[in-house]
Amino acid sequence: MPHILMVTDLSLRKGYNLLIHKLNFTLSSGEAIGLTGENGVGKTTLMRTLAGFQTPDSGAICATENDVQIESEIWWSEHVHFLGHQDALSPARTVSQELEFQAAYLGGDLGKVAPLNLKPLLDLETRYLSAGQKRRLSCARLLMAPRLLWLLDEPMAPLDSAHRALVAELMQNHLEEGGMIIAAVHDALPFATTGLRLERPAREVAGV
Amino acid sequence: MSHPSLLSASLALLKRDLSMTLTRGGGPLLAVGFFITLMAMIPLSLGPDSSLLSRIAPGVTWLCLALSTLLSLERLFERDYDDAVFDVLRLGPLPLELVALLKCLSQWLGTGLILSLLTPLIMIILGAEPSLALISLVAALLGSLSFALIGGIGASLALGARKGGVLMALLVLPFYVPPVIFGAGLMQAAQISASPLQALSFLAAYALFALALAPIAMGAALRSALN
Repeated sequence: MPHILMVTDLSLRKGYNLLIHKLNFTLSSGEAIGLTGENGVGKTTLMRTLAGFQTPDSGAICATENDVQIESEIWWSEHVHFLGHQDALSPARTVSQELEFQAAYLGGDLGKVAPLNLKPLLDLETRYLSAGQKRRLSCARLLMAPRLLWLLDEPMAPLDSAHRALVAELMQNHLEEGGMIIAAVHDALPFATTGLRLERPAREVAGV
Repeated sequence: MSHPSLLSASLALLKRDLSMTLTRGGGPLLAVGFFITLMAMIPLSLGPDSSLLSRIAPGVTWLCLALSTLLSLERLFERDYDDAVFDVLRLGPLPLELVALLKCLSQWLGTGLILSLLTPLIMIILGAEPSLALISLVAALLGSLSFALIGGIGASLALGARKGGVLMALLVLPFYVPPVIFGAGLMQAAQISASPLQALSFLAAYALFALALAPIAMGAALRSALN
């Protein structure tokens, strides 16, 4: 079932600042986009808009399955994972509590998170985890509840080299199964991605 | 693709939030301690005149109940907002309105319910008639539910504001007035053996009103705060 995500003429503002002006791209099943651009150019804002957390200033985000449009509420509640640079973990809860909650809430299967090797961490409260361990724990929800589109905001940043390779492998598996990935990255991902570089809008357009 | 059911997701969220309400930041102990301390100060400040105390016991207890529920409200959404847990909650199967309502309910189960159970006890300690215990428990349950829901609206509106606690108290306290009036009025009616039915219906109506309005208001406020 081929899925297509189409973004047309998307403009985003943060406050009065025009960050992105008329952005267009298309993403199909099995493809990944590596989003680059200097700091503050709007990568995170774009990712949060694609996750439905923010409303775009203008333009449309449209997802289709076999050319039939998927309703946006269903798209966001069943087909999208978002991993921000904050890890969405409650500091006083243990790793296993967080995993169990996410699995029950998102309708996932905890058996699928085995590749991340979280067993030794299960009894620890998440505030004792290092940044890399937290990121690994966040990645668990990508695996436990299979969803089509992964929005990853600098997924590799805190990981060590062995786990970078592991996460890259998981991402490739996801693409092979027909998934889609949009990742904001500073270093290129170790597999084929479509590059998308964000630039600041020209001054005339931004109206400054 | 996975299709988690609304019910199992709601139960998971309720369980998580309840365990967080009970274990974190002092949990119900803080509110209970505040409630009891406040009540202990009343005879100290007004003197040990038992006829005066028994007359004002119901009204003062209601006031203290309102203030104690206010205490733990500030952290209702703030923890998950700071930890970015809303990123997960918003991409789940539940609409934001339901997420907010479940958070309020678990807050009420964790603190309001326990405070309500204490209310008759404290009223009697202050000198109210023991025969009023049952009606005061029912009234306190309804009242604390309204306090939790209205407080949730305040908490969601103050979310993201620095020192939101004071702002929240200012926003919320005026809307605590009706349950305080009806609740204290109910107790006075019961004290003079008049029918408490009228005040009880108003109290229940206010709780239902809050139950209907709060999710919509909280959903809208959270959406704007999280934007």
